[in-house]
Amino acid sequence: MMDSDLSPQDKKDLDKFIKFFALKTVQVIVQARLGEKVCTRSLSSPTGSDWVCHNSFLFSQLINLPVPFFFPERVVDSSLIKLKYFHQFNLAIKDIPEVTHESKKALAGQLPGIERSMCVEISLKTSEGDSMELETWCLEMNEKCDKDIKVSYTVYNRMSLLLKSLLAITRVTPAYKLSRKQGHDYVILYRIYFGEVQLTGLGEGFQTVRVGVVGTPIGTITLSCAYRTNLAFMSTRQFERTAPIMGIIIDHFVERPFGNVGHMHPCNYRAPGEDEGAYNGVEDSQEVCTTSFSTSPPSQMGVPGKEGGVPQQVPVQPCHGAQAEHRRVSSCPPADHVPATPSSSGEDAETSSRSVGVKSGSPCGVLETTFTRKVGAFVNKPGTQVTTASLDLPFAAFAPRAYDLEENDPMVQPPESSATSSPLQGSLHSQGSGESGGPAQDDFVMVDFKPAFSKDDLLPMDLGTFYREFQNPPQLTSLTIDVSSQSMAEDLDSLPEKLAVYEKNIDEFDAFVDTLQ
Amino acid sequence: MNCRSEALEVSVEGRQVDEAMLALLHTILLHRSTGKFHYKKEGTYSIGTVGTQDIDCDFIDFSFVRVSSDELDRAIRKAVGEFKDAMGNGMDGMGQISLEFYQKKKSRWPFSDECIPWEVWSIKVNVVNLANEQERQICREKVGEKLGEKVINIVEVINRHEYLPKMPTQSEVDNVFDTSLKDVQPYLYKITFQITDTLGTSVSTTMRRLIKDTLAL
Repeated sequence: MMDSDLSPQDKKDLDKFIKFFALKTVQVIVQARLGEKVCTRSLSSPTGSDWVCHNSFLFSQLINLPVPFFFPERVVDSSLIKLKYFHQFNLAIKDIPEVTHESKKALAGQLPGIERSMCVEISLKTSEGDSMELETWCLEMNEKCDKDIKVSYTVYNRMSLLLKSLLAITRVTPAYKLSRKQGHDYVILYRIYFGEVQLTGLGEGFQTVRVGVVGTPIGTITLSCAYRTNLAFMSTRQFERTAPIMGIIIDHFVERPFGNVGHMHPCNYRAPGEDEGAYNGVEDSQEVCTTSFSTSPPSQMGVPGKEGGVPQQVPVQPCHGAQAEHRRVSSCPPADHVPATPSSSGEDAETSSRSVGVKSGSPCGVLETTFTRKVGAFVNKPGTQVTTASLDLPFAAFAPRAYDLEENDPMVQPPESSATSSPLQGSLHSQGSGESGGPAQDDFVMVDFKPAFSKDDLLPMDLGTFYREFQNPPQLTSLTIDVSSQSMAEDLDSLPEKLAVYEKNIDEFDAFVDTLQ
Repeated sequence: MNCRSEALEVSVEGRQVDEAMLALLHTILLHRSTGKFHYKKEGTYSIGTVGTQDIDCDFIDFSFVRVSSDELDRAIRKAVGEFKDAMGNGMDGMGQISLEFYQKKKSRWPFSDECIPWEVWSIKVNVVNLANEQERQICREKVGEKLGEKVINIVEVINRHEYLPKMPTQSEVDNVFDTSLKDVQPYLYKITFQITDTLGTSVSTTMRRLIKDTLAL
């Protein structure tokens, strides 16, 4: 039986296990929120850096003798003792250097212990600057000790099992699906802190799932997750880092919607086809770790004086213990280890001058443009007219200017006023002018189309002429009102004569009906 | 030693059977697999590394983690495929697939080795037929949520840290682990299944009744 006090070697091993376990826990959680599928290879042949278990350790299980995990002096090759983080706990979990760096900073030389919990907070931040905490993973320790447990084997293996459970559970909480869809509209951020667990930001009715426990001689390690269930967006947050925005405002023209995220770190991922990260300060070595945010072309951005811009504020975080710096983290694509290059000023790194997360596609840009709504045929609502060539339209230079296009079209009301310039948002509404539709051919740009060999000797016309000639065919006479009204009157007048004829030939009709039966 | 038995139950659409079973079986096997043992001189041995892989389901709003081992995945898929074929394609029915972990106990000749189960996971499957696409979409999400709950249940059981076979010596490793795979080493396991028709009667029960009736004549 083990003594109630740990041996120095066991204490040393246990501290090492707890530290590595804490670091690996953070890696698993953050990597599960990168938005990518994680894949690591199984290695059947251990490298020279793997742990080596001495067989006397198996013997110790039989006779219950305390045995250190490995005897350096008895191992054939001393290089086998060397640790390789990648293979710790016999699980292939990559180490993202920035995450390790942040974890170590948060730990600040301490270990998770009783009343010293290590927490990883996952939150969501939209392109408009609203943020919401999604979940908090807590690595805690309580005072319940298992003094009989073997540190070097049982604790190690149970920690390995707990990491596997963490891998499974991180895919089950609601934040996983959100993180897989992060991109233009929102990003997922993480924050590591040490000390008291804070769950108030998760809203009402948050759920808790316990991943697992590992008993140790100095206390029981518990890993759990508290996750938000109410995903309705809240505009004012305890950790609000932007100006309060009431409700949800879809604003496509904010320059820096993700400008300042304080000491939250993005769980970036590389979307296919994206060229660059969206944050300033991303080191060149991290170029492969791009974000998914596409930026709108400069011409579509930067409405001056636009409300909703992200102010450059430093958030005050009321938590205890060490906090991670304001840094950006890049994800590592599988099988790559991106060298860590911490940036010095995290705030600057976050306050990017690039536009991120903006929904592009709105065909507007120049402020002086007046936008019109084209009115379809048979629509009585008056439309407005495109009045400027700055629209990015084909043949925009040929677009009709401020003259009435509707005068020949009986289906559309004549325009009331010429187009006026207006602010971008206001111009999407109808201006009350009726300039829309018009003769079909006048809406099109007249281009002399003379394809090679197009001239026909039989019909002396080219394609353009033919098109114009037959674009508006005459209405069918039978569908005209006059013709229909005339035929109705004639029908009524001729009705008695027709009835007389039918009565005269009634026998023929009866014979015909008999043949049908 | 009593065998530990755990039961799970899911209701799925016919086309979701494969993925639902794979998700649960792989989650269990993730926790019941280690790296390959490599025994060396002077009684030392080292353990290989287990890689993991995210899998997205096509017919269920769900993702799960499995061991990165194509061999293991093929073996599980084969068993699940046989189970699904036995269930019938897209028909209402019930079935149960069991994942049993066991140890071998060597016996003397002429007796064969004894297989002693130490943990059995039984997954009862109810297959439902849905009428329209809207129901299928709802089912897709609901089954995803249910599978998430089952994963949490599995993790909860695993982390009770109840009986696990002791780490074997080199001569006995084949009695505890499946050493046939080249990249990982799960505990010895076998997958069996039982099909129940819509009347809730198992095929074996029906056969038993038929035989009894025949003998009674």
